Amino acid sequence: MTERSRDLQFRLGTGAFALALVLIVCGILFILIDQSMASIQKFGLDFWRTSIWDPVAGQFGALPFIWGTLYSSILALAIATPIAIGIAVFISELCPGRLRQPLVFMTELLAAIPSIVYGLWGIFVMVPWVRFLETSLPDAIRRLPLFSGPPLGLGMLAAALILAIMVIPFTSSVSREVLKSVPVAQREAAYALGATRYEAIRAALYYARTGIVGAVMLGFGRALGETMAVTMVIGNNPKVALSLFAPQYTMAAVIANEFTEAANRLYVAALIEIGLVLFIITLIVNSLSRLLIWSMAGRMMVVEEPATPPPLESAA
Amino acid sequence: MRRTLGLASLAVVAAVAALTAQKTQINGAGATFPYPIYSKWFAEYNKLHSNVEINYQSIGSGGGIQQLTKETVFFGASDAPMTDQQLKEAPGPVLHFPTVLGGVVPVYNIPNVKTELKFTGPVLADIYLGKITKWNDAAITKLNAGVTLPATDITVVHRAEGSGTTFIWVDFLSKLSPEWKSKVGAAASVNWPTGVGGRGNEGITSLVNQTPGAIGYVELIYALQNKISYGTVQNAAGEFVKASVASVTAAAAGATAQMPADFRVSITNAPGKGVYPVSSFTWILLYENPKDKAQAKTMLDFMKWALTDGQKYCAELGYAPLPAAVVKLETTALGKIKSS
Repeated sequence: MTERSRDLQFRLGTGAFALALVLIVCGILFILIDQSMASIQKFGLDFWRTSIWDPVAGQFGALPFIWGTLYSSILALAIATPIAIGIAVFISELCPGRLRQPLVFMTELLAAIPSIVYGLWGIFVMVPWVRFLETSLPDAIRRLPLFSGPPLGLGMLAAALILAIMVIPFTSSVSREVLKSVPVAQREAAYALGATRYEAIRAALYYARTGIVGAVMLGFGRALGETMAVTMVIGNNPKVALSLFAPQYTMAAVIANEFTEAANRLYVAALIEIGLVLFIITLIVNSLSRLLIWSMAGRMMVVEEPATPPPLESAA
Repeated sequence: MRRTLGLASLAVVAAVAALTAQKTQINGAGATFPYPIYSKWFAEYNKLHSNVEINYQSIGSGGGIQQLTKETVFFGASDAPMTDQQLKEAPGPVLHFPTVLGGVVPVYNIPNVKTELKFTGPVLADIYLGKITKWNDAAITKLNAGVTLPATDITVVHRAEGSGTTFIWVDFLSKLSPEWKSKVGAAASVNWPTGVGGRGNEGITSLVNQTPGAIGYVELIYALQNKISYGTVQNAAGEFVKASVASVTAAAAGATAQMPADFRVSITNAPGKGVYPVSSFTWILLYENPKDKAQAKTMLDFMKWALTDGQKYCAELGYAPLPAAVVKLETTALGKIKSS
């Protein structure tokens, strides 16, 4: 066998694997659309806009689930991102050598815990803490729409917190790898210009920002699809509410909860359409993050052309 | 060496093939509620008849009905009888056979109240509708004279996932409250007017235990096994009855007189004395004219055993056994299945 034909075979083989991936994604999309046809035809766009979910009456609207999924994931990101980046910076830049391996090991351990375990911990340990936190808020704050409603412990706040804990290891691990790949020359250049350690880290973060955005979006994707831990602490009530105390619901959770007992065709179709909506939203989020990364990478090229280090002021 | 290994494994394969040739394997799927007793039955039956192997997947009642309709399993199992619509969608006539009974009980957590509370269907319905919002509401205090109830807010807890337990609970509420029937109705999952959803019996229990003022509902078996205290519910005869294996079986006995020929009957709020009103059968679903006659014959033998000898395993697992009158009706009905 010649080297060339082996080359060709290798290329065809790996190409087939890549093609399989595309086919699987298309296949999933096709099945989701096909199986949810009954619901798509009956409700049309109203499925995205209405908020009544009544299996008995056969009335299905996905708005509370879409809201709950996006709201909980965005809140989780808001909590997790600064902490995750902080962990990554500490491990890659500031941590004494002896501590580094144990810390890396611990963050990876967090990522390996099954979500049902997070859920159980959430319901038995975290929810009572959250309730305590909620009841100890002063009345003046409790009157704000963001904190209205009875302090159940269970609800949007608990869900966002548990999601944040679950997302942190992913975001911080990837951010750490990205920071590690910042060329030494970049750091040395910063020091050579008289930068303090803090300024040098800011320069490194700025250099690594596209990768860090990627890490954050990876966490977002995980938060969108997380099911078990969320359903155990979010309260599972399909209502659109701004309050962090209110029990709400997510798309992945309603599929997991109701699919097994959904016995009539329209109901099953509506649940599969929820899956389709989740698929589409994930696709949009991923595309947006791609666009964001591309536009940032494009700008960085421009910045780098004059061969000057990135301006420190704009890093913030 | 490799060759002898190959020969040996061939021999093993041949032996396994010979063994399985005589075995009758039957697959079923459905309700999770009766799963513990079904798996006990299948294991015990296998000890008696080593050539019969029955596999059961507890994927939920809705899933069981779907699998049966698609004919991917020989039998289905459900906590709610199939609707007329579902029966129409099945490729052939489907028969229902009650196997055991279960009850659903109200559990609550009211600060400083340790006594057993009394409930009625309309009061429970109003609580779950969000119309009664405080524990010291006149409707509750009237039923519980002598108990000082605080002005605590009621937090309603319900099952998040679709379940047979929910079906029994809301079926009872539908019968006792016209408003519940028109606004919410009865199904394995409903559009809850108020409250929070916990997953599974353990989810409900932990939420109720943690939340002062909470009320929820769990399966009787679960309450008994975990020694959770629960309230009494008023039955059709006006008595406040505490759920127990005996009072749940009494509900089935009370319903025997009006038992329809197809056994598709809801026995919530059944008539009679000593009847616990939030009770229900759980059913095994079989085709009247199954395709595989060998499996049909084996399944019939198993069903006869389960309805008679099998009932003695109910007590240890906390299920209520079928009353004798229902077993008699079912034994006759099993004759309708064409096994030859």
